[in-house]
Amino acid sequence: MSDRSHRGPGDDQRVSRRGFLTTAATSAAAAAVVGAAVPAAAEPMRKADSETTHIVLNVNGRNYRLAVEPRETLIAVLRERMGLIGAKPGCERGECGACTVLIDGTTRYSCMTLAVEAQGRAITTIEGLAQGEELSTLQQAFIHEDGFQCGFCTPGQVMAAEGLLRKNASPSMDDIRLGMSGNLCRCGAYGHIFKAVQKAAATRKSGGGL
Amino acid sequence: MTMREPNIYRTESLDAWEALGYAPDVSDLPPWDKTTIVGAGVPRIDGHDRVSGTAVYTRDLALPGMLHCAIVRSPHAHARVKRVDINAAKAMPGVHAILTTDSPEAKMPWILTGQGPMSQLLDPHCRYEGEEVAAVAADTPLQAADAARAIVVEYEKLPMVVDYEAAVKPDAPKVHERGNQLAPPRTSQRGDVEKAFATADAVVEHTFHTPCELHVPLEVHCSVAQWDSGNLAVWDSTQGVYAVRDSLAVAFKLPLSAVRVTSPFMGGGFGAKLELGKYTVIAAVLARQTGRAVKCALTREESLRCVGNRPANTLKLKIGARKDGTLVAIDGSILGAMGAYPSGATSSYLMLDLYTCPNVRMVDSSVLINAGQARAFRAPGYPQAAWALEQVMDELAAKLRMDPVELRLKNIPTVSQLRNNQPYTSTGLADCLRKGAEQFGWAEASKRPASKGHLRRGVGIAAGMWGSGGSPSATAIAKLYPDGSVNLNSGAADIGTGTKTVFAQVVAEELGVPVEKVRIEHADTATTQYSPSSGGSQTILVNTPAVRAAAADVKNQLLALAAEELKKDVASLSVSKGAIVIAGEDRTVPFAQLRSLAQRQQLVGVGRRAPHPPGKVALPFAAHFAEVEVNTRTGEVRVVRFVAAQDSGRVMNALTFENQVLGGVAMGIGFGLTENRVMDRVTGKLASGSWHDYKVPTAMDFPVDFTLVAVDPHDKECNSVGCKGLGEPATIPAAAAIANAVCDAIGARVYDAPITPASIVAALASKGGR
Repeated sequence: MSDRSHRGPGDDQRVSRRGFLTTAATSAAAAAVVGAAVPAAAEPMRKADSETTHIVLNVNGRNYRLAVEPRETLIAVLRERMGLIGAKPGCERGECGACTVLIDGTTRYSCMTLAVEAQGRAITTIEGLAQGEELSTLQQAFIHEDGFQCGFCTPGQVMAAEGLLRKNASPSMDDIRLGMSGNLCRCGAYGHIFKAVQKAAATRKSGGGL
Repeated sequence: MTMREPNIYRTESLDAWEALGYAPDVSDLPPWDKTTIVGAGVPRIDGHDRVSGTAVYTRDLALPGMLHCAIVRSPHAHARVKRVDINAAKAMPGVHAILTTDSPEAKMPWILTGQGPMSQLLDPHCRYEGEEVAAVAADTPLQAADAARAIVVEYEKLPMVVDYEAAVKPDAPKVHERGNQLAPPRTSQRGDVEKAFATADAVVEHTFHTPCELHVPLEVHCSVAQWDSGNLAVWDSTQGVYAVRDSLAVAFKLPLSAVRVTSPFMGGGFGAKLELGKYTVIAAVLARQTGRAVKCALTREESLRCVGNRPANTLKLKIGARKDGTLVAIDGSILGAMGAYPSGATSSYLMLDLYTCPNVRMVDSSVLINAGQARAFRAPGYPQAAWALEQVMDELAAKLRMDPVELRLKNIPTVSQLRNNQPYTSTGLADCLRKGAEQFGWAEASKRPASKGHLRRGVGIAAGMWGSGGSPSATAIAKLYPDGSVNLNSGAADIGTGTKTVFAQVVAEELGVPVEKVRIEHADTATTQYSPSSGGSQTILVNTPAVRAAAADVKNQLLALAAEELKKDVASLSVSKGAIVIAGEDRTVPFAQLRSLAQRQQLVGVGRRAPHPPGKVALPFAAHFAEVEVNTRTGEVRVVRFVAAQDSGRVMNALTFENQVLGGVAMGIGFGLTENRVMDRVTGKLASGSWHDYKVPTAMDFPVDFTLVAVDPHDKECNSVGCKGLGEPATIPAAAAIANAVCDAIGARVYDAPITPASIVAALASKGGR
């Protein structure tokens, strides 16, 4: 595994503040961005504040050297600093599960985990489940059973199901409902989510891949 | 009575808009008879993006140099801003710009009415806890939040009222200078209610309360705004890019062509994202000031407090029938809480149109309170109305010693009494009741003896309909490329219902291409065609006829080219599996082998939806059957079995259709059993400001034993596709069916939603022991 640093130049240059309470319409926008939406890029880090600390996170099998504020949550670092947008901020306070990741194989809310706490642990995000474009059995089961609607909670649902199946390869329906109960789906696709988890468990047991 | 498309800058109702009439150049296709691709359970064409975490929602968007916004909100239910001090905040790291009630932009008018605007962008008169007072743009979300906390605001607290039943009293604190009731109560009436009740053999009368329910889509409300040479580009998590564009153009005094609103992937709305929000305008103002892209994403707490709700209702209802079950009269009133600004708060539609009844009088009124403004929420007013109507129907059945299903079947209308008795193109209500009852085993289940012990089973039924048939306009463009692949262009949002996939199926069906070869371009006001907002269960029924017409337009052009090139009569040609089929010949000619298509490089077809059938009404119907288990020791209610029978016309996609119904029922379980926005009457603050306190259903609340019964009346008249709306009718009767099942289980009725353990215990106590 290569050690890919996402750390930027780390200079302390402050972006100048301009235009306080001015009304001048600025027509020269920095970049005309039209067309395809751009995901949060793994752009060079913004300046390293004096309050930042350096950490190494192991995410989906790679080590990343990062400068973070101690108060930054894991989801904030994954999304804002690393551009991994799969974990979703549904509530950012441990209520909905949209930010679920695996830490050392166990489901965790990444919004309730500080990035500094996650050092030295193996973090798996939704981006770590597929092999390139090839989806995991579980992800495919979610598609085939239509286990989602708007899809915003889905990465968290998939990670919760992944954590469940790693602990319990043959979950009963009660196990599935309990295992998925930490993840809200406001669209209410629970019935299809149950089927997706059942299908994935059956496929995995019959040797149909992970 | 049609659902108003909420738009703060569009004051005319949809009815007025409908009066404009339809564009004359609509396509007129005969309805499909049988379909092979439409109706199949085709997995979503964007499923890969959604399950892999690569789908980019507005909340995920990051543009180069983008700043983040945080909003300062009133901590008081009713207050006046005396002073705002930003000195500390503006010196904080990363801060680029601050807006306050003192800024010139703060005065942008808001909530436009015939009597002038009711508020402004940042209003020093704060009318609810959560009203916007200031906003900060900073380099990072944390810096923005830090700076927002450092802004000091001094308030003068004012008298407030959050209890809507208290707000109607003459001495109640005034939310607005005009008073708390902006319009007199609206009476809808036919026949003579008093005379009719005198002829009734059985009369039932009760008062019901329904809670304020919050939408809370998983993706919070979020916008990214950016200016470019005086043009405004906005990415918004919205159900209607065109509605947001229209309002932004008015707000910033821009031509429509200068405003681009895009909603790529969208994380749920349920009605809360049909209109322009202040957060969007704030992002745009800050973007103009800083010359940077600005993202404004609300927090979950803000989403619970500030961006819409299903208003709490008090429903008084009296119903009478003759011995044989024929309804003779319905009389009632509904009071709804609008919040701090006007919005729809009640609907009597079900009382006026669900059952045949010659004498009806309903009085609707609404009142302002010092709380977040209501917004359209999945079938605005209907679940509340069903909660009351379907419970009094049940009691009526008990009084008449009739089966509740039979009582409903006795009163099925074939015409819309609300719309000049115009006939329905189809009504599957009776079929929903009969087939649902059969699937559920109603006859046996409803006659089971009362269970003994502390776990009591009960069954219940409720019916419903949705009274909106969709907006008039929708345009789609289909482009066929030389290799036989297709680009379909429509402005509709896919808010999770599977719109894109259904569009691809419609194109595939009509144009004879595989679903995999259809690419959807959607929800972008600059590049995709007009669609009304995705709300009111209209997206599929309004847009798929246009999509089909666009595909048919391409097909006709293609067949004409092929006839010339192949030297065949055009009538002998058809399309299938990406090829021209020649009648009477074994060979087919793939589109990709047509020289004339390659020469042109593309064929462009334009489709528009046809008007509603004149003189007729096309609406969807539903009947829900629930079995519950009530623990009389703890008061807990479990929904153990559910059958939902839906007449939404043609099933467009078996998978997404079922999913939509699952979701509607889940929302009904929340409405009936768990969800309740609680306002503290002393402070006027939200007491249920988290998902721990505001409980939406989880996987533990949804029954494993769930069956959908899709009732397709093969409607040849509703539109060229044969489908009706689904999203709203899937939730309307669900909570009422559960309430009736609870009553069956414990022998006592709970009149107020949600049915909580405490209310079960109280109902049992009032009955005299357990």
